[in-house]
Amino acid sequence: MSKNVSIKYALDWTTVFYFVVLVLMGWISIYGASYDFDQASIFDFDQRAGKQFIWILTAIGIAGVLLLVDSKMYSIFAYVIYGAAILLLILTIFVAKDIKGSRSWLEIGPVSFQPAELAKMATALALSKFMSSYNYKLKNWKDLIPLGVIIFLPFSLIILQNETGSALVFVAFLLMLYREGMNGIVLLLGTFAIFLFIIVIRYSIIPIQIDHGSLGIVLAMSIILIVQAGYAFFFTKHQKESIILVLGAIGIALISYIINIWYHLNYDTVTIITIIASCIYWTVIEIMNRYKKYWFMILFSLISVAFSFSAYYLFDKVLEPHQQIRIKVLLSMEEDLNGAGYNVNQSKIAIGSGGFWGKGFLNGTQTKLKYVPEQDTDFIFCTVGEEHGFWGSTLVLFFYWLLLMRLLRIAERQRDSFSRVYAYCVTSILFFHLTINIGMVLGIMPVIGIPLPFFSYGGSSLWGFTILLFILLRLDAARLERMR
Amino acid sequence: MINDTLQNRRTVIAIIITVVIVIYILRLFSIQIIESRYKEGADSNAFFKKTQFPPRGLIYDRNHTLLVYNKPAYNIALIMREIRELDTLAFCKALNISKEYFIKRIAEIRDRKKNYGYSSYTPQLFMTQLGIEDIATIQQSMYKYPGFYIQNRTLREYAFPNAAHVLGSIGEVSQAKIESDSYYKQGDYTGRDGIEKTYEKQLRGVKGVEVLLRDAKGRIKGKYENGKEDVAPKAGENLNLTLDAQLQVLAEKLLKGKMGSVVAIEPSTGEILAMVSNPSFNPSILVGRQRSKNYMQLVRDPLKPLMNRATQAQYSPGSAFKPIQALVCQQMGGISANTLFSCSGPGSSPIKCTHSHGSPVSLLSAIEQSCNPYFWNAFKVTVEKNGYGEKNILFRTNYDEWADKMKSFGLGEKFTDGDIYEQSRGYIPTQKFYNKVYRAETGWRAITIRSLSIGQGEVLVTPLQLANSMAVIANNGYYITPHLNRCDSMRKKIHRCKVDKKYFPIVYEGMCRVFESGTARASRIEGLVMCGKTGTVENSHGDNHSIFVGFAPRENPKIAIAVVVENAGYGSLYAAPIFSLLVEQFIYRKIKRTELLNKTCVTVTNSNVKER
Ligand SMILES: [Zn+2]
Repeated sequence: MSKNVSIKYALDWTTVFYFVVLVLMGWISIYGASYDFDQASIFDFDQRAGKQFIWILTAIGIAGVLLLVDSKMYSIFAYVIYGAAILLLILTIFVAKDIKGSRSWLEIGPVSFQPAELAKMATALALSKFMSSYNYKLKNWKDLIPLGVIIFLPFSLIILQNETGSALVFVAFLLMLYREGMNGIVLLLGTFAIFLFIIVIRYSIIPIQIDHGSLGIVLAMSIILIVQAGYAFFFTKHQKESIILVLGAIGIALISYIINIWYHLNYDTVTIITIIASCIYWTVIEIMNRYKKYWFMILFSLISVAFSFSAYYLFDKVLEPHQQIRIKVLLSMEEDLNGAGYNVNQSKIAIGSGGFWGKGFLNGTQTKLKYVPEQDTDFIFCTVGEEHGFWGSTLVLFFYWLLLMRLLRIAERQRDSFSRVYAYCVTSILFFHLTINIGMVLGIMPVIGIPLPFFSYGGSSLWGFTILLFILLRLDAARLERMR
Repeated sequence: MINDTLQNRRTVIAIIITVVIVIYILRLFSIQIIESRYKEGADSNAFFKKTQFPPRGLIYDRNHTLLVYNKPAYNIALIMREIRELDTLAFCKALNISKEYFIKRIAEIRDRKKNYGYSSYTPQLFMTQLGIEDIATIQQSMYKYPGFYIQNRTLREYAFPNAAHVLGSIGEVSQAKIESDSYYKQGDYTGRDGIEKTYEKQLRGVKGVEVLLRDAKGRIKGKYENGKEDVAPKAGENLNLTLDAQLQVLAEKLLKGKMGSVVAIEPSTGEILAMVSNPSFNPSILVGRQRSKNYMQLVRDPLKPLMNRATQAQYSPGSAFKPIQALVCQQMGGISANTLFSCSGPGSSPIKCTHSHGSPVSLLSAIEQSCNPYFWNAFKVTVEKNGYGEKNILFRTNYDEWADKMKSFGLGEKFTDGDIYEQSRGYIPTQKFYNKVYRAETGWRAITIRSLSIGQGEVLVTPLQLANSMAVIANNGYYITPHLNRCDSMRKKIHRCKVDKKYFPIVYEGMCRVFESGTARASRIEGLVMCGKTGTVENSHGDNHSIFVGFAPRENPKIAIAVVVENAGYGSLYAAPIFSLLVEQFIYRKIKRTELLNKTCVTVTNSNVKER
């Protein structure tokens, strides 16, 4: 009894409030999205909104149970839970029925759910446990390998279920790792890699001159050179040398252009030779000046070159046609309004037609008339955009921002690293879902089907996010208990 | 415990999160508030605007006999992107079309060069103007062909096979018209000629629209906001014509086997009682799917049945010109009722007389006997009454006055304030014209243009203008623009002619004597005093045209008529009986002279003119 009372005081009610607000807004949006002209009640259990009501009630029940469990149990059983989740994922691959090519749903009686949703929580717990263990150091290679395994195992199993979207969520743990000491360069390099990838793919279709190499590669190589020169100019004493490099590169560009008038020259080759030459150039400077700051930059340049060339190969040969088209549509290389671009186009129409005030609750024509596919799950944000306009959408985003900021605050006030790491895991996962889902709906992220936390219809995802969040709240409440 | 340097990274993460959310809010602002195309996109997705076609106005004659009404017709429309798993063979069989035709039509619809407004999202017309019998089979199995729709339309139906030229026809609107008038959409009908064209705006009504909600699969989900945005169609206004259906039918009967035309006008109102052009055609052949085929056949016909001879053919009026000549010459002071000129019969010079009668002749007997030398002399003394003057100026001034007075009878110009779409101008030669023909202002005199005095030569009139000139005489000096729409506003368009009232009685008397002792004795009606004038017009293309103009009864004239029978010979022989029978029909509503009627009906003057 005394424990219940203490939970009541120790619980972070602000987070609970944000949770309730988001879940309710989601529920109303689902009602709006699945509303048909002859449907009346939000509590009609044959309808999506009625079913979601049951999911909400059960989720609250689960949340209550999670709060009653002793906080130490989460840490003690972290690996057990992780192991169970892995087994469940393996089981799923063999047992699950094929639904549109994906084998990710387990059916237990009338209820079906996705173990992948639980795997996020389990992995978060396992990571927290491992990283809070005595003697653990992120910089230690020996520790990095098990860390990688913990993340990679569920990641690859979910890939095997053909749920690439859900698997990508595990990339989110990079944000947690950054907080826990991973070199920030990794995030920068990751961003740079995405940037290079987009440049190479986006401009690969544009030839500079016919049969003279692609604009994408030339641009990518130029960017690498600029990074070299910029680094040397701003972070070392070799300003003069960096200017020489830039002038030299421009010189090579002009000379190769002139040569091309008489003699066939491939610009791709020219740029690679230029990059290699620049690497030799910096090596010479390094040796002559006994200045040991360039080896990393040279390594970076060579890897970037390799990445740029493999990016195109990856895109062309490894990605499947439907994935290629998604990326092409996103990069405005193709307009395929009846095919891959249809969903996003209709979703933009839905949101864009909402205007400032929206069309009013249950008045959205795009969503009522089913122009937006999956409008109560992955594309649920369309309903908000169409019926409640700019102010409604902004309000929803504002609540997500409040929640994420609150979670960061909770994370930082933890006294033990288990809770802190877990808190960052939760924050990272929610942030990743939010970024990808809203970005997709707004047409600035590729179409990756992952739900909007607390909003999208579906028991699995609502339960998954609720469990994720309320374990954190339980751990946070324990912080005060221990203080007493 | 916690590494303090790493705590800064919370701030970095908070900034990353905030930046992403701010970018998304900016993106929302951009697509929801700045760009408007998404709103339009949503509307064109969701709202299916179904056009509601109003019934076209009905057309009645002056006695409220229904002439033109509507019958249901059907279009087959398609929405290209909704067509799924089409069983082309079954579809073609149900519509009774060939597979080749189907493929050709689909290709035409998709071809943006032919079909400018093509979109796979909007209804396109596949076949139009189908009758109930054409769609009976497919109507029950329409559900098998998603993407195809039946649209309800109406077509014209005619109570009589007559008055084709007056009524005109409707057809699909042309691309040029769509571009110039935003009311029309592809596949709409519009009046192409005749009354249907002149009164298009009244007859067509105003289209309505029904706003329906359409879901992503193209299914209609009901009315938007319970029809709040709907606009009900406004039915077209009915039209009461001035035509007398019975008179019209009789006139067409009388022109059988002849090439020519009849125009009958009520002088006191300017209302056209009958307007016939032969060869003609049944108006119902220009309706529906057969329209273009039949239309092309009519276009290719060497007898030009599409031409409305009553308003578009131009003839020299010949002797039918003489009553007006008599009026103008009196007004200009060239002659008076007592003026006598001598006539030497066929031996007269420079114009010979076609009749033998006593000499000298008075104006009265000149009209009665249609004496050519008299009118030549009258014309000469009128235009040369002041001599010639320096550079022929006095003569030319008089000629201008003569031409101007002629035009005041409604000759030589189109009736621009009327409602007849197809009209020719006719021609009263101008001074400028003769100056040019005779190469100098001094190059011509009365003798040069003498054929004008007897209505030959360059002067041209249409049968409508001729009938109207009779109305002027019947009215003692004015006419109301001849028109087809029976309404008050049309009766107010009064035009005075430039001849005083006092000069009319003698012309009346002369025209009256034409029936008593003159050229039309044979066409008298017992107990009815009529006025008329025969005309036999020489023309270069064959036998003389037979013309008769006149009005009846002499007191309070009820009807003025012009009859032209091409290449038939003497006016008294062919045109006068037609005039007489029409008058009898209109005044007595019954024809007693059945023998004359039958004889006139079977008279064939042009064996090529067959009944269609
Ligand atoms: Zn004579």
